[in-house]
Amino acid sequence: MELITNLGLGFATALTLTNLFYCFIGVLLGTLIGVLPGIGPLATIAMLLPITYKLTDPTTALIMLAGIYYGAQYGGSTTAILVNLPGEISSVVTTLDGYQMARNGRPGPALAIAALGSFFAGTVATLLIAAFAPPLAEVAFKFGPAEYFSLMVLGLIAAVVLAHGSILKALAMVVLGLLIGMVGTDVNSGVARFSFDIPELTDGIELAAVAMGIFGFGEIIANLEQRENREVFTKKVGRLLPSVAEFKASIAPIIRGTALGSFLGILPGGGAVLSSFTSYAIEKKISKTPERFGKGAIEGVAGPESANNAGAQTSFIPMLTLGIPTNAVMALMVAGMMIHNIQPGPQVMTSNPDLFWGLIASMWIGNLMLVILNLPLIGIWIRLLTVPYRILYPAILLFCCVGAYSINNNVFDVFVTIPFAILGYVFRKLDCEPAPLLLGLVLGELMEEYLRRAMTISRGDWSVFVTRPLSATLLAIAVVLLVIVFMPAIAKKREEAFAEEET
Amino acid sequence: MRIRNHRDFWSGIMFLVLGVLFVIFSQAYQLGTPARMGPGFFPTTLGALMALLGLAITWQSAAPGNREGRVEKVGWRELFLILFSVGVFAAALPYLGMVIAITLLIAISAVASHEFSWKETAISIVVLLVMSELVFVKGLELQFPVWPKFLTQ
Repeated sequence: MELITNLGLGFATALTLTNLFYCFIGVLLGTLIGVLPGIGPLATIAMLLPITYKLTDPTTALIMLAGIYYGAQYGGSTTAILVNLPGEISSVVTTLDGYQMARNGRPGPALAIAALGSFFAGTVATLLIAAFAPPLAEVAFKFGPAEYFSLMVLGLIAAVVLAHGSILKALAMVVLGLLIGMVGTDVNSGVARFSFDIPELTDGIELAAVAMGIFGFGEIIANLEQRENREVFTKKVGRLLPSVAEFKASIAPIIRGTALGSFLGILPGGGAVLSSFTSYAIEKKISKTPERFGKGAIEGVAGPESANNAGAQTSFIPMLTLGIPTNAVMALMVAGMMIHNIQPGPQVMTSNPDLFWGLIASMWIGNLMLVILNLPLIGIWIRLLTVPYRILYPAILLFCCVGAYSINNNVFDVFVTIPFAILGYVFRKLDCEPAPLLLGLVLGELMEEYLRRAMTISRGDWSVFVTRPLSATLLAIAVVLLVIVFMPAIAKKREEAFAEEET
Repeated sequence: MRIRNHRDFWSGIMFLVLGVLFVIFSQAYQLGTPARMGPGFFPTTLGALMALLGLAITWQSAAPGNREGRVEKVGWRELFLILFSVGVFAAALPYLGMVIAITLLIAISAVASHEFSWKETAISIVVLLVMSELVFVKGLELQFPVWPKFLTQ
């Protein structure tokens, strides 16, 4: 079977000593930073991204980056369970029951079930990626510039519709991202756009610096305004192993969560966030004892944690096969690939098969490492949680600054973080979700390029986007999505669905 | 017309102003024709689109159905100190070297906390300097001066 040969190639690549080592380092660093309260996976990845630039082999760099991603995601869950501080929205639901379990004296089983559920979800999702990526890439090969442009429009709109918050604002954020992506030299004419005679700006703005400013620094400033009020369960995690009853109660939610997360992860925007919320809602609905939810029900940890991880994993599918990042983390992954001169898209599978399959195999290895690493090391992570924020944040600042510097060995990128930190802070005050901006930023240049090519081929005829059937279908879906979401009844439902997370 | 959601109102204004600015600055670049788009085409279109979205958001902030929202107070002190520390770090690093740049970064940023103490900050500076030497200089071999230029030359 082709799948087996492919996975064989993948494991042969991923199991080399170097790649295993960097996968391990990635998972370790990701967990280490991700577990720190007040830093979400996005800020963690932005901060550690420049390290992977240093690796010469792109396969190793991507494997490490993926490791950082799982580590950061899992670290976030640990913080959610033990401190009631969700690192990002996708772990908000974990705080509901996970933290209550910790208060009831069962933090160990909550952490263990989260790890085991994530591992199971990761395994299934890895197989799904291996099975579905090739046929999807096949389809993508039929795409011309018009289809690609329409696909990006659909991807961006779907990401906005499925994300939470105001749709108009999210759309505006996408457009702002696209515009910021215009900064730098235009590939067609060689004109330096919006560079204001600053030589460094002609190369464009570094995505990692933008992400650090908006997510890293913006978060620190916002955290500092609020006085600290943390209650950490560090005394004793006690027994890690869940009881037989808890284990049995978790199996079905883990399977349901995995199925749900795997599906939702492929859709743009949703990924981890939507999957964990939906999974929690489903588990609560079908439970015979819904009143236990919110008071430490293990199903409320098992389901969402599995869904979250499955979704995090399958969101690689559109990124690897179509080259379209569906969420902000994937946008950073794309940036990581482009630094190594690999343009994500269907051709990666054929031009760099070892990279493609090695990355997929390393996802499973990374998930396994998470379980092995986290359960015994939980004591260390807990000790990190007790470090007061006043000591933590200057260190975070330092890592971000040095990280930004190391992108090009130039302090210019450190300066770039400052205006974006201000923007990030303003976005926070004005309730503008910043993640869509990153999507726009990473797609800006490509989208313009495809638009230009499509229009050149059609000799300036705009109808090319609707006369080619594939492109027309993609655009139609985008329009339908927008219409649906603006219909008053649906808009209200959507608001309700996302309202839960704000309480 | 009464503004219900101030956060929506001000974000709408922000997008409107930014959109208009992008349109204005894009006029320095050739627009071209649809078949041969110039460098000004895409940014002009996007800028106009963003300005329109900004208008819509502003309009909506006064819509009867919108929920109420106020803009929280700005923490000027924290905002300024954190960004100032980053700026000082970036300005100092190439000339004064890592040791001084990091010391300044930590010292200035630590003041932003409500529970600032000199003793604690001094300890963190020493710990982070040792760690930076090990991780950044020895481990990752990053290229920057460790000591001030005028001392080493």
